[in-house]
Amino acid sequence: MITLTRHRLFWPVVVLVVLLLGNLLEKPDFFAIRIQDGHLYGSVIDILRFGAPLMLVALGMTLVIATGGIDLSVGSVVAIAGAVACLHISKQPDQNAIGGVLIAVVMALGAALLFGAFNGIMVSRIGIQPIIATLILMVAGRGIAQLIMDGQIITINSTPYKWIGAGWLFTLPAAVLIALAMIAVTALIMRRSALGLLLESVGGNAEASRLVGIQSRSLVLLVYAICGLCAGLAGLMISSNVSSADGNNAGLLIELDAILAVVIGGTALTGGRFSIGGTVIGALVIQTLSTTVYTLGVPPETTLIFKAVVVTIVCLLQSPAFRRKVFGRWGPRRTPPASGSAPSEPTNVKVPA
Amino acid sequence: MHVSRRKIFAVVAAAGLVTSGLAACGDGTKDDAAGGDDGKIVLGFAQVGAESGWRTANTKSIQDSAKAAGIELQFSDAQQKQENQIKAIRGYIQQKVDVIAFSPVVNTGWDPVLKEAKAAGIPVILTDRAVDSTDTSLYVTFIGSDFIVEGQRAADWLLKQYEGKNEQVNIVELQGSPGAAPAIDRKKGFGDAIAANPNFKIIASQTGEFTRAKGKEVMTAFLQSNPDIDVLYAHNDDMALGAIQAIEEAGKKPGVDIKIISIDGVKDAFQAMVDGKINVVVECNPLLGPQLMELVQKVTKGETIEKRILTEEGVFTQDQAAAALPTREY
Repeated sequence: MITLTRHRLFWPVVVLVVLLLGNLLEKPDFFAIRIQDGHLYGSVIDILRFGAPLMLVALGMTLVIATGGIDLSVGSVVAIAGAVACLHISKQPDQNAIGGVLIAVVMALGAALLFGAFNGIMVSRIGIQPIIATLILMVAGRGIAQLIMDGQIITINSTPYKWIGAGWLFTLPAAVLIALAMIAVTALIMRRSALGLLLESVGGNAEASRLVGIQSRSLVLLVYAICGLCAGLAGLMISSNVSSADGNNAGLLIELDAILAVVIGGTALTGGRFSIGGTVIGALVIQTLSTTVYTLGVPPETTLIFKAVVVTIVCLLQSPAFRRKVFGRWGPRRTPPASGSAPSEPTNVKVPA
Repeated sequence: MHVSRRKIFAVVAAAGLVTSGLAACGDGTKDDAAGGDDGKIVLGFAQVGAESGWRTANTKSIQDSAKAAGIELQFSDAQQKQENQIKAIRGYIQQKVDVIAFSPVVNTGWDPVLKEAKAAGIPVILTDRAVDSTDTSLYVTFIGSDFIVEGQRAADWLLKQYEGKNEQVNIVELQGSPGAAPAIDRKKGFGDAIAANPNFKIIASQTGEFTRAKGKEVMTAFLQSNPDIDVLYAHNDDMALGAIQAIEEAGKKPGVDIKIISIDGVKDAFQAMVDGKINVVVECNPLLGPQLMELVQKVTKGETIEKRILTEEGVFTQDQAAAALPTREY
């Protein structure tokens, strides 16, 4: 029991379960899943499906944050990717042609990768602080998306493109499978090779890492590029899900949700240790929270407060100091929280990356 | 390294020059066009910006109808900034244009510049958005949509559909962004109009933030928790278009199993009506140019006009959609 509660993912999972149970109280068939038109259909599936883009964005964000950085431009990259893809498809004589859609996808992901790399160069080569460097693209990116689409919403009618965000494979939503595949590949690369360790060391102390021979700058460039790519993929999902691109609103404020997901998942904003599994749970908590708002019928005027209260509780539960104060002796006795779920450990002496 | 940095600074500086140049254009302080000595009416129009397709259509309508009416238009784009708009209006006052019209970026802080216009004897017409001022003598009239009326029109159509039937009608509502005037008023207009009839019940109401993606997400959740939805009322077309996809994914037929009422009247919504997926669209018309030009001419002739003028707007149903679709401009 003690080892269980000390697992770093224990509290985020508890919150997720509590939220899901809250929904169950309001709606007894919340977990019911039935087959509809040959695929699974139910609230839980919806949470996964609508949460998939956030999972992807948060995945990229986790890696960036692990190096001690942050990427505020992901929302704009989401908008740009959707704009590039939809614009290209809308110009095709046959919008259902697989070839055209594939080119559109490659173009959009390429653009996203480039914008991510641009962030990476600003941060790693030019030495601009991440929050400022990515702020540039956060502001400019929406303008670029608007420019691409001439300020209008582009609507397309393309079955293959629609599959990315609203399609199904093996009765499961394609978006969820794509996101899971991306997460699995990233986790494998990070944990089966030394890459994850190197990132943590850069986040812990970039200068010291460089001195021991780690190519900090290239690593930082790499993670921003990956982050851009993830955001681009999420952008494809979001625009594909509604078969249109909206430069003004697609991915609006998703950077904040992504950062929140990362933090809920137990990765410290100061860099260093990171948890991809935690981020996935964090993203699910955020999406479940939205669904809970709809299920409980929380009035829109108070939605933000409701969400804030839940997030505050999650953050407090994540804090060992708070838990010790509140749960007192009831909680697991432990030596100072050197390990476990403490997100902000003093081991992270920050040197500007 | 140094070279590249210098280059970057050069680029940034150049960008700065370009934007300040644009701002100068936006002032509209061109001498050559000033006056009205040739007998032509000169109208100074300070637009909000170009933030949406609706706004682009609005701008185009004003420019086209000014040309058609033989009115000389001085146009400026404030890029969503009040200070730009005030600057533009001051420019018009200096030029001594005949009439000033503008769509305020925000609704407060206009008294000083409007007093200057009044002192110069130039009448001011507000378009599309109101200003919050206790002194209503500062402007001649306000022309624009009434969002409450739009909500009422949506409800009127619905009430007519169920006339004479005595069954409960379950309505779900997709609201606009919390706090936005159209969202508040469209909710109120609709809610008040159906309140008299106990058969009509809004069983769920959430914000879809005026976007397709949110509209779809919220509608998906509505469909999960409410098995028996008869009507969807969406505060704008984009949310309705998103919701249509959610309804289809739930295995229901939009427009048939669930009746859909929407507001705005963008092209895509008309297409959806032609396809039978939206039942009715209440128009929120950006094309107020012709009406505005008529007002400008009246004002310069010294005719008295009403303080509040509604834009001409219609309600479109499926049988009218196909005929109207090719003529939709936004």
